[in-house]
Amino acid sequence: MNVEQETGQKEMELNPAQTKEAMDLQSKTPKVDRENRETVGDVRVDDPRMRCTDINVHYGDKHAIKGLNLDVGKKEILSMIGPSGCGKSTFLRCLNRMNDTIDSCRVTGTIEMDGVDINGKSIDVVPLRASVGMVFQKPNPFPKSIRENILFGPRIHGLATDKDDLEEIVVNSLKKAGLWDEVKDRLDQPGTGLSGGQQQRLCIARTIAVEPEIILMDEPCSALDPISTAAIEELMLELSESYSICIVTHSMQQAARVSNRTAYFHLGDLIEVGTTDQVFNAPLHQLTEDYITGRFG
Amino acid sequence: MTKTLEGHADQRFDGELHALHLNVLEMGSLALDQSRVALQALMGLNKDLAQKVLDREPTVDSMEDRIDNSIVDLMTKRGPVSRDLRITIAFSKIVVDLERIGDEAAKIAHIVESLSDENQPKPAKNQMRDISNMGKLALGMLDTAMKSLSELDAQLAETLLNTDQDLDMEFQSSLRHLTTFVLEDARNLGHTINITLMLKSLERLGAHAGNIAEYVIYLVYGVNVRDERRSGDK
Repeated sequence: MNVEQETGQKEMELNPAQTKEAMDLQSKTPKVDRENRETVGDVRVDDPRMRCTDINVHYGDKHAIKGLNLDVGKKEILSMIGPSGCGKSTFLRCLNRMNDTIDSCRVTGTIEMDGVDINGKSIDVVPLRASVGMVFQKPNPFPKSIRENILFGPRIHGLATDKDDLEEIVVNSLKKAGLWDEVKDRLDQPGTGLSGGQQQRLCIARTIAVEPEIILMDEPCSALDPISTAAIEELMLELSESYSICIVTHSMQQAARVSNRTAYFHLGDLIEVGTTDQVFNAPLHQLTEDYITGRFG
Repeated sequence: MTKTLEGHADQRFDGELHALHLNVLEMGSLALDQSRVALQALMGLNKDLAQKVLDREPTVDSMEDRIDNSIVDLMTKRGPVSRDLRITIAFSKIVVDLERIGDEAAKIAHIVESLSDENQPKPAKNQMRDISNMGKLALGMLDTAMKSLSELDAQLAETLLNTDQDLDMEFQSSLRHLTTFVLEDARNLGHTINITLMLKSLERLGAHAGNIAEYVIYLVYGVNVRDERRSGDK
């Protein structure tokens, strides 16, 4: 991944004395004070898939996200963590304009995907939501067959009309979602008849079927057992070879296991961003450390 | 008790970390006392004190087992991260050093037992002089290490690391000194070997004290200073 490669390269260029100095500076300097709400860490990456600049979100009078800047890199998994109500899901919903559906919600700032402002007047949200797919907390397959669940999106977006092409989409999507072997003999049975973990993977397959650039996941494993969670996490790692993934999770271990970078939110502020290793081993902000070690939240 | 361990939303976690810290300190206190008594036994060639060290050695080992179990239990239940993870890992490493401090004390005690045999000739006072100097240095280092561990005081631990070369230099000097005894009279070889082994044990006590100081620094600052020290040793 770009960020890690770059970080690793920089570390190798430092001589031991500089490394020691850098480590001393990082560790012995008191952590950024709890009252300081400016983002700590590098919010930008070299080659972003999405670039968010000065994002503010209001729900009526409530200021839900305050001047947020953050990049989503290509083929990376970015975890967003923080206590309930901190704005992480709100931010996630900004990335495919899901907040448009909420009357009282007002979003300002720019969100660029590959250099194009997704809030621009010429942008149609339907193809945008195909490019930026979403997987929700609770599996929500349509009350249709497994095959029709997969084909629903490609048909709407006109990705294929030929029967063979459509069948190829079904097979490929289910294979990518790691579900093919389990359902290949019952594609015409209802998607709602699958187990919770299978349903969630079906929803991921449904998202993949419309060839997205980014997959957003809002607590995708919170309703799943540990085995299903492990399957989804493994799937995320495989998918990150092709897609960018943004995941909101309340599981610290999950964020630590799957993501390349982690962003910590607190009361509408983006407090800290960094490589997952850095955030979980030596966070720079006191609020981050307090949260991940269970000292509040 | 130090605030480093406190402040969790689930206060039972605070309690578990405090209990772990107290257990490590209890083991450290015993390991330090074992070293002190072993040195007393050595300086007086006192068989009873040496036996006391050997009798208590299994207690040090069982303390390590007990602490290991509580660390596994804590990691299973709490899944510690960041500072809490460093605390847990540092304690799990420190108990290994404490157990080895106990081993070194027992090694000294074993040699004292053989030296204190009434039928055996005693080593000359000159030969024992180096042990006294090194013993004071090693015990001083252990004492500082235990204080830094007790208070989780990284600055005190750094002070210790800045002085640990004194013991190495004393060790090298002692070896040169002992060599002269053998060169003067080959019959001194038996005692010289025993004293060299004990000096090595004292040198190891200092090294373990240094390791504990490194873990305290890691625990507090999140910095691993071992690589730096190793490269400095070369």
